Amino acid sequence: MAELTAKSPCAGRLPLTIGAATVTEETLGPMTSIAPYRGRQADLAAALAAAHGLGWPQPNRSLTGAGVRLIWFGRDQALLTGAVADPALEDMAALADQSDAWAAVRLQGEAAEAVLARLVPVDLRRAVFAPGATLRSQLGHMPASLTRLDDHGFLILVYRSMAGTLLHDLKTAMEAAAARG
Amino acid sequence: MRISCPLCGPRDRREFYYRGAAVALQRPAADAGEDAWQAYVFLRDNPAGVTRDLWYHAQGCGAWLVVTRDTASHEILATELAAEVAS
Repeated sequence: MAELTAKSPCAGRLPLTIGAATVTEETLGPMTSIAPYRGRQADLAAALAAAHGLGWPQPNRSLTGAGVRLIWFGRDQALLTGAVADPALEDMAALADQSDAWAAVRLQGEAAEAVLARLVPVDLRRAVFAPGATLRSQLGHMPASLTRLDDHGFLILVYRSMAGTLLHDLKTAMEAAAARG
Repeated sequence: MRISCPLCGPRDRREFYYRGAAVALQRPAADAGEDAWQAYVFLRDNPAGVTRDLWYHAQGCGAWLVVTRDTASHEILATELAAEVAS
């Protein structure tokens, strides 16, 4: 058998620092999308609390626990990262392994908001998009998931096939933001 | 133009896909007869005023919305989750 080496979506292309913003690749571990079956939302929230210590996230919110993160990912959908989803959840929700499906990067720095303001048609300033807030929108022309991690840091997820485009768009916006000074 | 998604909040129009009149939520029964199906499939009002459309929040939360808007003033009067309107 050939020994295959897993390659991350942004391997060899990160980190990247331009001006007051840095992009690094995030390793989130196992990723599972969770979509509750009709009428099972309450049961699912209880099962999530028992298995992973997290409830069901409100729209546009993410929850963090011990090594795990649960990101609201759309209508009646959330993404669990950092742990393999407990099989007990399968009774209440459709689970789908997404571990290799997404490119995950962290955009960090004083200029992070200015960079994203050029790419995302939503107000992402700290006052209205606080740590823990998340949303689904578009970054350039790509569907994306954005989560604020701290005062100057964002987690960005796009389809893995678009990793190159994501980095190109981020680089262009970072150069433009840096040129403004 | 912005549409307020009930889940995501106010979003740019480019995040949405336009489907058409919100008649899909009133699908006739299979045996409703030719007239009902003719009206459902082909006949549409074209009001200079209030209309109800289906929009899909494709680049956002993935929800179908019923948007009530005024074609004359471009005012958006209401947005609802289609799942809640239909149920």
